[in-house]
Amino acid sequence: MNSFNAVFKRELKSYFTTPLAYVFLVIFLFFSGYLTFKQGFYEMRQADMRTFFMNLPLLFVFMVPSVAMRLWAEERKVGSIELLFTLPITIKQAVLGKFFAAWLFLTIALTLTFPMVITVCYLGDPDIGLIITGYIGSLLIAGGFLAIGCFFSAVSKNQVISFVLSVVACAIFVYAGMPTTMNYLSTFLPQGLVAAVGSMSFQEHFESIQKGVIEFKDIAYYMLIIVGWVAACTIVLDERKAS
Amino acid sequence: MIQVKELRRSFGPVVAVDGISFQVEKGQVLGLLGPNGAGKTTAMRMLTCFIRPDSGTASVCGYDILKNPIEVRRTLGYLAENSPVYPEMTVGSFLNFICDVREITGRARRKTLDRIVPTCSIESVYHQTIETLSKGYKRRLGLAQALIHDPDVLILDEPTDGLDPNQKHEVRKLIEKMAEDKCIVISTHILEEVEAICSRTIIIAKGKILVDSTPAKLKQEHGCSLDAVFRKITKSNGPGRQEEK
Repeated sequence: MNSFNAVFKRELKSYFTTPLAYVFLVIFLFFSGYLTFKQGFYEMRQADMRTFFMNLPLLFVFMVPSVAMRLWAEERKVGSIELLFTLPITIKQAVLGKFFAAWLFLTIALTLTFPMVITVCYLGDPDIGLIITGYIGSLLIAGGFLAIGCFFSAVSKNQVISFVLSVVACAIFVYAGMPTTMNYLSTFLPQGLVAAVGSMSFQEHFESIQKGVIEFKDIAYYMLIIVGWVAACTIVLDERKAS
Repeated sequence: MIQVKELRRSFGPVVAVDGISFQVEKGQVLGLLGPNGAGKTTAMRMLTCFIRPDSGTASVCGYDILKNPIEVRRTLGYLAENSPVYPEMTVGSFLNFICDVREITGRARRKTLDRIVPTCSIESVYHQTIETLSKGYKRRLGLAQALIHDPDVLILDEPTDGLDPNQKHEVRKLIEKMAEDKCIVISTHILEEVEAICSRTIIIAKGKILVDSTPAKLKQEHGCSLDAVFRKITKSNGPGRQEEK
């Protein structure tokens, strides 16, 4: 447990000792606000955060891999992975320590969008329950993308390659559930298969949470995604750490 | 304290370490010599449980590298080639991170840092970011993290690489001082270092042990300097592998 804590603490601190955290936070907060107001926040004349949450998965497709790409690719490039794995730390502890530190960092980024909540509360009388479930869904989707990014970061020493692969994988998980993709797939795939592809999508599960309904199947879906990709990352890292 | 049995590791078609066996006892300083690509670093990486051997095994302080890798890492101190560290951290925060991992807390941590920082002469750069340090300071910081928990077994991959003559002398003195109650394995290219501090030497080429003797005996047997002995032995066995990593 101490090794996990040590890795977690070091990783979280490292975000703030480099410009990465600040650059990320500024860009994320700017675009999350910009996209919300650009897509008719005032015109809807409704005091809710639907527009804000609707844009988050697409924003996360680019933003989360930018946080995740350095997790292992940098360790392997600099060679500090040799230091890390010759200290009394198991691969599982190191992977989880880094993953949770990055997830907490993304949680901080999401927390900093609180002015949006204040704005909505000032303008009207929003359903706080919907806002809370929206944030829970956003955290889960960020965790899912982070787990995917963590895996691709372990695959390549090159951060750019890790970033591109993660963006593509995350985009597939988001676009699989988009109506346009579903319509296209239904032209040549049987209905059951199209529905299966849809149910694999982040979007479908995110939308149901966003509506204020937290169902076991949605939480289980995200947990399964996170556990699966993090476990795959552990296996890949064990194989490739010295290469 | 270290027992190596038929350790073997290959990377694709290249055999890096080819069934080496040796033992090192407390109080011994073993110099691992060999041309570039001989398999020294690979052997050290297997001993420190960074990579797994294809076959064979080894034990450090009674812990098997395959069955108890975490215990092995807990008991030994390792200075890797090029001293990998986290460049964005300060020297102080890096040493505190190592203390966190090694579970050195409270008063023990203060005492440890008070001991290790002057020992490795890094007081002047304690608050400096690692990326701004010279190669010599990075090396000394690497040495500090390897010694921080006062391990019984030390594995040092080219410990004086990048140090100036004064620093080299200091590090050698430090190794000599520690030699009495520790088991130390050093890989180096500097033969004068072997003569100065090693009580035993193993020459490796192409992953195989060619000689296991003491520096004095080698010089006596061949009737020439250690440098000439090294050339004679390794040249007759051809060059090492192209790459060791």
